[in-house]
Amino acid sequence: MKLRTLALASLAALLMAGSAMAQTSVKIGVLNDRSGIYADLSGEGSVIAARMAVEDFDAAAKGINVEIVSADHQNKPDIASNIARQWYDQDGVDAIFDVPTSSAALAVAEISRDKNKIFMDSGAGSADLTGKSCSPNTVHWTYDTWALAHGTGSALVKEGFKKWFFLTADYAFGQALEKDTSAVVVENGGEVVGAVRHPFPGTDFSSYLLQAQASGADVIGLANAGGDTVNAIKQAAEFGITQAGQKLAALLIFITDVHALGLETAQGLVLTESFYWDMNDQTRAWSKRFAEQNGGNMPTMVHAGVYASVLHYLKAVEATGGKDTTAVMAKMKEMPTDDPLFGKGEIRADGRHIHDMYLFQVKSPEESKGPWDYYKLLATIPAKDAFRPLADGGCDLVK
Amino acid sequence: MSLETPAQSQAEALPVGTPRLHLIIFAVLLVLLLIAPFVLYPVFLMKVLCFALFASALNLLLGFGGLLSFGHAAFFGSASYITAYAAKDWGLSPELAILLGTAAAAVLGLGIGALAIRRQGIYFAMVTLAFAQMVFFFAVKAPFTGGEDGIQAVPRGHLFGFIDLSSDLTLYFVVLVIAFGGLLGIYRIIHSPFGQVLKAIRDNEPRLISLGYKVQRYKLAVFVMSATLAGLAGATKALVFQLASLTDVYWTMSGEVVLMTLLGGMGTVFGPLVGAAALVTMENYFAGLGAWVTVLQGVIFVASVLLFREGIVGVIARLTKKSL
Repeated sequence: MKLRTLALASLAALLMAGSAMAQTSVKIGVLNDRSGIYADLSGEGSVIAARMAVEDFDAAAKGINVEIVSADHQNKPDIASNIARQWYDQDGVDAIFDVPTSSAALAVAEISRDKNKIFMDSGAGSADLTGKSCSPNTVHWTYDTWALAHGTGSALVKEGFKKWFFLTADYAFGQALEKDTSAVVVENGGEVVGAVRHPFPGTDFSSYLLQAQASGADVIGLANAGGDTVNAIKQAAEFGITQAGQKLAALLIFITDVHALGLETAQGLVLTESFYWDMNDQTRAWSKRFAEQNGGNMPTMVHAGVYASVLHYLKAVEATGGKDTTAVMAKMKEMPTDDPLFGKGEIRADGRHIHDMYLFQVKSPEESKGPWDYYKLLATIPAKDAFRPLADGGCDLVK
Repeated sequence: MSLETPAQSQAEALPVGTPRLHLIIFAVLLVLLLIAPFVLYPVFLMKVLCFALFASALNLLLGFGGLLSFGHAAFFGSASYITAYAAKDWGLSPELAILLGTAAAAVLGLGIGALAIRRQGIYFAMVTLAFAQMVFFFAVKAPFTGGEDGIQAVPRGHLFGFIDLSSDLTLYFVVLVIAFGGLLGIYRIIHSPFGQVLKAIRDNEPRLISLGYKVQRYKLAVFVMSATLAGLAGATKALVFQLASLTDVYWTMSGEVVLMTLLGGMGTVFGPLVGAAALVTMENYFAGLGAWVTVLQGVIFVASVLLFREGIVGVIARLTKKSL
């Protein structure tokens, strides 16, 4: 099979020799969770998104031969590191995409720097990827915890929800999320009336939720992730917290979580994302194509990020006429980004991709008009305010 | 610790010629492992070696001491954290970092072991699991472990100050020396008088007590040895992958290593090696299959428990009537 591809490729190259078009072969790896808790928000969907990017770019016609490989890192950084090394050393992979789970993403970022290859992250949240652990080989596309905390915090305070109460997972990640969000809330003229730390992972949130309810806060911020957030939302629904007028703000949640929870439970939840399928004609058209290949499930912002980053990568490969890492990275940062899903944007010196973020509220079952009609837009956070200022990240590449 | 053993008169239980057979197997294994990095991917092989050592350490406790620890990730993981931290933040050389990590695992093993061996069977397993969870929570919350992100970008450094470990091939031979040394050490322990007493305790503890052996001391000793070797494996792994993360201390890691031992053949010398190689290969080469990897692991585990409970090497040993 491989031999035949090779033979065909060399034949094609032979035929094209003499013509001005240079034949470049690139191999991209989509590394993510294909079996665990992030399989829905990344997983096979990200591979579909990458394939769509290659089709839409019409790579073959432009003399770029793209091969996509994928693997499951099971959310374990050692497996991620092992696969990434093997891909770079043995399988000739030029760039790795997606990689949810911060620990795995940081591991892949280090290896990509060592081997001088390109890493474009979509699935992971750690703001360190473009902060103190930044690397000249990393691009972080879709979102990060800073953007989510600040987006939700500032936009809600501006909407007039000033009094906050935090329900925080008691470990480094949750505490950081609470600290970041509190700072934004206070900065924008809001007030933090209280916070409660729950053990990680937690199952029973009832006492914390009652405390939050009694605090008289306008917003209950959920500074946790994954199963904790889902459990907290379910139990909040049982207490009728959002129906009673308090807002529930999840600081890290995806549309697939909302889909799993159902509108009955998730209604009224406020969250920040960088992409929603039902934003405009372009996103709807793309998402419809995506859903056809993905068993009817709409894309998450992570899928959108994989699509957009693959597209931008291929543009840079075409522009530089090769796949030299340094040249392609320089081109990607120099060239403004433009794709149907995130619109126009740019990649900053620290590798952070800049685009608008959106504050959404989950619709009630009555408001929803059909499957996957889940969000209504509350506010748009303009690109310039959506991400951590370049100077504050502590990245060595910024001088 | 002094182990006073009453008059030792164990007849060698092994069939005649077994040590010779083992010697041959070890030699063949060593030759294969020396050639292997030129054929297979060295990082993958290093992972196999680390897990082979880890599984053998557990096998020492489970297969020969009869003690099922469900918390060995605590030793593996804490050693890997300490090594990673020492190498990265204190800038220690790799050999010192590994020694420090291993020593930490030994101390932890002494503490946990001293309490756990007071109970038997399922209670012993539960106590070790509970302690392992405590270590996990410590790793989640302690500031130096980096929480969910773990300790990343651990420098491999220069062994003894002059051997550059940044090359995978060089590091492979260092790991090979460590792992093979560990395996030989375990083999030596198993076949020492101490090992004979261990097996006797496993088979009939009251009898050993009645014979005047201080059973608890033996159990504690083997627990600490096993914890130390598990720590050695974890410390080495931290340098190989240049990271230490929650995966290493999570309870599934304890489960995985039990699975490796059972699949390969509990209580055999070479079983854990085979089990570790099988599982790591699956994790690695089938990564492209996505969710099917974990399903496959489950199916294999069920099949091995139902169909060949002695494990792969156990079955081979039975068929060839040799002790392996």
